[in-house]
Amino acid sequence: MAKKRIELMVCAGTGCVAGGAFPIMDELKKELKTRGLKDEVSVVTTGCNGFCGQGPLMVVLPDNIFYGWLTLKDVPHLVEEHFLKGRPVQKLMFTPPEEKTPIPLLSDIPFFKKQMLIVLRNKGIIDPEKIRDYLARDGYVALEKVLFSMKPGEVVEEIVKSGLRGRGGAGFPTGRKWELTLRQERTPKYMIANCDEGDPGAYMDRSVLESDPHSVIEGMIIAAYAVGSSQGFIYVRTEYPLAIERMKIAISQAGEYGLLGKDILRSGFDFDIEIREGSGAFVCGEESSLIHSIEGSIPEPRQRPPFPAVSGLWDSPTLINNVETLANVPVILTKGADWYSSIGTETSKGTKIFSLVGKINNTGLIEVPMGITLREVIYEIGGGIPDGKKFKAAQTGGPSGGCIPAEMLDSPIDYESLTKAGSMMGSGGMIVMDEDTCVVDVAKFFIQFTNDESCGKCVSCREGSEALLEVVTRIADGEGKEGDIAFLTELSETIKDASLCGLGKTLPNPVLSTLRYFKEEYEAHIKEKRCPALVCKGLTRYYIDPDKCVGCLLCRKTCPVGAVLGESKYVHIIEQDKCTKCGQCIEVCPPKVTAVKKVTGNDMEELEQLTETVLCAERRKR
Amino acid sequence: MPRLTVDEIKKMREESKKEISLREGNFRGKVIVHLGTCGIAAGAREVMDALFDELERRDITDIMFTSSGCAGLCSKEPMITVEVGASPPVKYGKLTAEKAIKILDEHIIGNHVVEEFAIGMGSERIG
Repeated sequence: MAKKRIELMVCAGTGCVAGGAFPIMDELKKELKTRGLKDEVSVVTTGCNGFCGQGPLMVVLPDNIFYGWLTLKDVPHLVEEHFLKGRPVQKLMFTPPEEKTPIPLLSDIPFFKKQMLIVLRNKGIIDPEKIRDYLARDGYVALEKVLFSMKPGEVVEEIVKSGLRGRGGAGFPTGRKWELTLRQERTPKYMIANCDEGDPGAYMDRSVLESDPHSVIEGMIIAAYAVGSSQGFIYVRTEYPLAIERMKIAISQAGEYGLLGKDILRSGFDFDIEIREGSGAFVCGEESSLIHSIEGSIPEPRQRPPFPAVSGLWDSPTLINNVETLANVPVILTKGADWYSSIGTETSKGTKIFSLVGKINNTGLIEVPMGITLREVIYEIGGGIPDGKKFKAAQTGGPSGGCIPAEMLDSPIDYESLTKAGSMMGSGGMIVMDEDTCVVDVAKFFIQFTNDESCGKCVSCREGSEALLEVVTRIADGEGKEGDIAFLTELSETIKDASLCGLGKTLPNPVLSTLRYFKEEYEAHIKEKRCPALVCKGLTRYYIDPDKCVGCLLCRKTCPVGAVLGESKYVHIIEQDKCTKCGQCIEVCPPKVTAVKKVTGNDMEELEQLTETVLCAERRKR
Repeated sequence: MPRLTVDEIKKMREESKKEISLREGNFRGKVIVHLGTCGIAAGAREVMDALFDELERRDITDIMFTSSGCAGLCSKEPMITVEVGASPPVKYGKLTAEKAIKILDEHIIGNHVVEEFAIGMGSERIG
């Protein structure tokens, strides 16, 4: 047989590659050859599948069987059982936690069922390093339509009609930005794709570049045609080597096929793309800083107006769009603005990719229609919270966003609803928190990040974030005082008002949002010296319950600083001034015993007294 | 590589679509060849190769071609199951390469069950 009867679509996004996807692919090829199957079964490299928590993974086509948590050792058995003898291997399939029956088909797995793929339409089906695969999926059909049967103004009109909004974070109407740029008469004009995705935990743009780089190229060419640009740049952060490599290959292949460069498709339209790499500055995700970075100046934002559309790169009219926004463009042109605007809500059209991470069973990247509720995302797609813990809040928008608490689980996810709730869409990070997450700790984490990444130009952002961090840290360490909450609120509002760019303007959001919904948790830290989630080290102690301890010596042997006193069959005691709160003792205490626990607040005083008594008085024998 | 025209790109696109047709999932029917150790011993792989080659030769890309383990009725192997459209699946047994190709013509393409090779229609109950 010349054609293959089975295709193994192996995920080779950065996550799975880090997990060992390439050695697994080599092993598969080797084993298939040994078994005489190499002409019947092909091994295909694909981009990110999305179900990252299950990686390394692959999908067997045409059956659509999903295999996850693959290791090298699994390969020989898998090849023999499934590909030679036709018997799919159950133990490699996805089984929901707490359940026994695996779900063989990808289309039946809840994580995938409610997703709607527009941007990620080609994921798992194409090899991102083969332009022919992209062509087969109607790639560059939109470009042909645009170049030969549409005027630039008509293209802009279609994007305006579609209701597409910027997917980088601010949600500005894309069509309006294109219109503004088209209207400029000065030349040359530039087109920039922003892939400086900096939010911690967000990797949607990386996934688009690694899985379907041509979708971005096609989007860029169409955008350039619409506004009248002939030179484009893709600004990618250096921390994305695989994305950069795949984009380089795609650009080179597109050039070879006459789809990029001079006289594209012999239409007379010229457009070329250069890659520029970032250098580790979060602020470069902000458009004016990004432009300065390309120019070779210090990446600091500047006053707007003038907006980049009027005066941007080298003072020329510049259109700058996010990667995910651009990947939507070819589909809008082929399927039509009416179709696109029929998806989503009144003000937020289309779909959005979210990176669903944190305290959630099904971790990974999901693409869902705007307007889906948080409850559907967390429980139906995400599979709920692990270990039966209670949902506390979902943090959206990364360091610029805020928390959506449990009472708002039924709110729709769209730009306006999230902003009204005190958060924002942002680039699509969605960090799920449960009862064991401390909101003060979360706020501290994000302020630490933005304080570190502040470019330093504005006093309000530079000094303001420093002051915010100092106060939040004090509260987390148990040294909060009366007046701190009022100070945090006032300072936050001031930073928002006085800062020049999005980084400064939104950095107080995690503080404001957590104060809005979880004020009692801040108050517990300040007034009661208590961390309800038992996270903040300054406010928690580790304590061995003398009624439960069986004197097995396990924690004493594990403790890295020798803080556990005890002998075999004698109740163990933790010396608080030596304890570093590493948590090892809780991990090793046998499940049937569970004598070690964390305490906070009033309980800490009681246990200090108890420890004194026990230490000084008789040692109890078990 | 010389700069391509729109028509050349179109042609390349059509060819590439055929190459990845297995991945697209636009199937109107399904053929399952039952393998397993017993099936293979009885000659199922020859049936499978012949059937697959014939599907390829005739450029049929809307039938999903797959394999499974033993169907249970080992004495009737080599066996295949054919499912077209919404009709219940039909199990065929004691096949050879020629019989399989006759089934391809009459059932898969012509939509008539080949009764002389058929064992049964429908599936077992589960649970």
